[in-house]
Amino acid sequence: MSSSESNNAKTMTIIVTKGTLDWAYPPFILATTAAAMGVDVTMFFTFYGLPLLLKKLDLEVAPLGNPAMKMPMMGTHMAMPNLIGMLPGMTAGATTMMKNLIKKKGVASIEELRQAAIDSDVKMIACQMTMDLFEYKLEDMIEGPTLGGAATYMEKALKSDINLFI
Amino acid sequence: MAEHLLDAKGLNCPLPILKAKKMLKDVPAGETLRILATDPGSVADFQAFCRTTGNELVESKQEGGTYNFLIKRLS
Repeated sequence: MSSSESNNAKTMTIIVTKGTLDWAYPPFILATTAAAMGVDVTMFFTFYGLPLLLKKLDLEVAPLGNPAMKMPMMGTHMAMPNLIGMLPGMTAGATTMMKNLIKKKGVASIEELRQAAIDSDVKMIACQMTMDLFEYKLEDMIEGPTLGGAATYMEKALKSDINLFI
Repeated sequence: MAEHLLDAKGLNCPLPILKAKKMLKDVPAGETLRILATDPGSVADFQAFCRTTGNELVESKQEGGTYNFLIKRLS
């Protein structure tokens, strides 16, 4: 039974606050998997998570200031020193490297997971304040998300079994 | 009884679960879906998925580098 057919399905909300290539994964993986397990999911996109609703995604990951980002390389794992990570082109290079790994390891793209979320009736709320703050337009966003604020989120969260902040 | 087949080899978390769920929708109650996967995490994940969704994990085995699951749709 899918969540939309069931009245007593478990519910989950996720506040999505980060929009880098790496941090975009946890919310979409959990949302799609929960929906597949019959959970009624709502995602609230705010601050740097909001651009994940843009039609055209251009996600990047920066090695700068992230010593935990150790990429598999020549049989070992290597982190990039900050002094090198700050050089022009390093963010683009790390992004390309990450995207290659994602493809090679059979990990879904964010576009693919986002579409799966839409297809499985995950509800999406775009933070109105963030839209205003960073001057995003609704016509630049994918079809489906509704606009709302903290109270809209809270109403869902208060009735929800699981609430995550990512 | 017809057996449905999902080849999820080469796919990583959460794709085997998402694709299995999608296919299960079209499997009539009482019939089975066989899933082939290479993701080692799928062993624990299909157990959890079946416990949570009320489907029966009839079979879970490993042949070489391939995991082989048989799920019976109960409702």
